[in-house]
Amino acid sequence: MIPAPFDYIAPSTVAEAVSALEEAGEDAKVLAGGQSLLPVLRMRMADPGVVVDLGGVTALRGVREEGGSLVIGSMTTHHDVMRDPLVHHHAKLLAQTARTVADPQVRHRGTFGGALVHADPAGDLAAPTLALDAEMVLAGPSGARVVRASEFFVDYFTTALDPAEVLVEVRFPMFTGWSAHYEKFNRVAQAWSVVGVAAAVRVEAGAIAEARVGLTNMGSTPVRALAVEQALLGRPATPEAIRHAARHATEGTSPVSDAGADIDYREHLAQVLTGRAVTAAAGV
Amino acid sequence: MPRITVHVDGTTYTDDVSARTLLVQYLREHLGRTGTVVGCDTSNCGACTVHLDGQSVKSCSVLAAQADGHEITTIEGLSGDGGQHPMQQAFHDNHALQCGFCTPGMIMQAVDLLSDTPEPDDQQIREGLEGNLCRCTGYQNIVRAVRDASRRMRAGAEAEHTGETPAPRSAEERTAQPTGGQS
Ligand SMILES: Cc1cc2nc3c(=O)[nH]c(=O)nc-3n(C[C@H](O)[C@H](O)[C@H](O)COP(=O)(O)OP(=O)(O)OC[C@H]3O[C@@H](n4cnc5c(N)ncnc54)[C@H](O)[C@@H]3O)c2cc1C
Ligand code: FES
Ligand code: FES
Repeated sequence: MIPAPFDYIAPSTVAEAVSALEEAGEDAKVLAGGQSLLPVLRMRMADPGVVVDLGGVTALRGVREEGGSLVIGSMTTHHDVMRDPLVHHHAKLLAQTARTVADPQVRHRGTFGGALVHADPAGDLAAPTLALDAEMVLAGPSGARVVRASEFFVDYFTTALDPAEVLVEVRFPMFTGWSAHYEKFNRVAQAWSVVGVAAAVRVEAGAIAEARVGLTNMGSTPVRALAVEQALLGRPATPEAIRHAARHATEGTSPVSDAGADIDYREHLAQVLTGRAVTAAAGV
Repeated sequence: MPRITVHVDGTTYTDDVSARTLLVQYLREHLGRTGTVVGCDTSNCGACTVHLDGQSVKSCSVLAAQADGHEITTIEGLSGDGGQHPMQQAFHDNHALQCGFCTPGMIMQAVDLLSDTPEPDDQQIREGLEGNLCRCTGYQNIVRAVRDASRRMRAGAEAEHTGETPAPRSAEERTAQPTGGQS
């Protein structure tokens, strides 16, 4: 099916994009990689009057190191995040997660920022972004603002972004020397996560010195498994100790029953997958 | 109405298209390049796969306007000279198609895979084709064809390099029977 008609605007700077959005008001949509938006438009689940394509805003694409942070431009594709040497070095968890998203074609087009703004609870990139305590840089009519990941994800398909705002980039603290793993449970090829667990750990002298754990699809937004992180601290990096800590994975979650799984099953998966993710991250 | 300039299979086209025109629709309906097909309405099947600046994309999930200034290769331009690309030949030789509807997309994605991973194992082939659905073959012969093409293309690249003709396949490979699905 073909989308309903719309006006197409292709700005080349963030400022032009923001003013186009401001002028069009609620009737406008940002187009990034289009891998979620175009299917939505084609199924006529939305019919914006104006589409503002960020594809020509080259400043939004790419990864860099700046002021002690790893900065990922919102228009950087999943494929590029997956391959980027800086990401591998300072936030391996993101590379590990990006390679599980969708399929190669979708990863060539779909963007890091687009996946976060889309805010599908089954989307994989939000959990690691939350667990790594990222900051989102947003640009709007009254300038730029920074929102912590913990405040960015508000509800199903809803973020703290205002309609005239653009997500510019995402800034991560450096997790240099940490190891990481994303454990995704799905049923068939290219499917979304029933539950996913993002884990990054720093192992020192055989014990877990620091840990970050984020959960996908265990609520309307990604969940940081703080109780698991606490329980892991100082524990020996052994499968038994990790499995023990992983029992806390359901604390603070609010999963729903849907066609993919019911609540009990999701809770079971969260515990099992947390154990697997941390074990794999710790390399034991 | 956006005006776009697109390089498709080596030819440059400039056209006015409506903003909502999908790339696949532009290729098929404006340029008459019907080799690229539409199999689903949900961005899932990969039948519409083409290369955009050398990377595989689902052309039903790209606007023609987003392709402005870019280079597109479709199944029709893959071999460059109108003959058979080694991947096309390998699909033919290994019976990697039945109804053939998924084939243009499978071949375009398989070529993308080999440009990234010239010597994939079966697992990598299956993962590389994760975004392409086939309702007929059971995938076995598709995996076999990609493996075969990988061998031919590497032999071809070496032959080009050394000026030698690629070695023929062994008798064993020529008579290898499929281990699953129908043949
Ligand atoms: C077959 C298929 C399978 C998939 N499987 C998975 C999966 O397993 N896991 C997963 O996580 N995802 C999956 N996805 C989704 C994929 O990750 C998309 O890339 C992502 O959800 C959206 O990114 P995009 O760049 O394509 O954004 P778009 O589709 O262009 O936009 C998505 C939304 O975000 C808004 N937006 C985008 N960028 C910005 C910005 N910079 N500023 C403000 N607003 C913005 C748009 O207005 C729109 O509302 C799948 C998609 C497909 C088609
Ligand atoms: S037609 Fe494009 S993915 Fe199915
Ligand atoms: S050969 Fe019929 S769908 Fe693949």
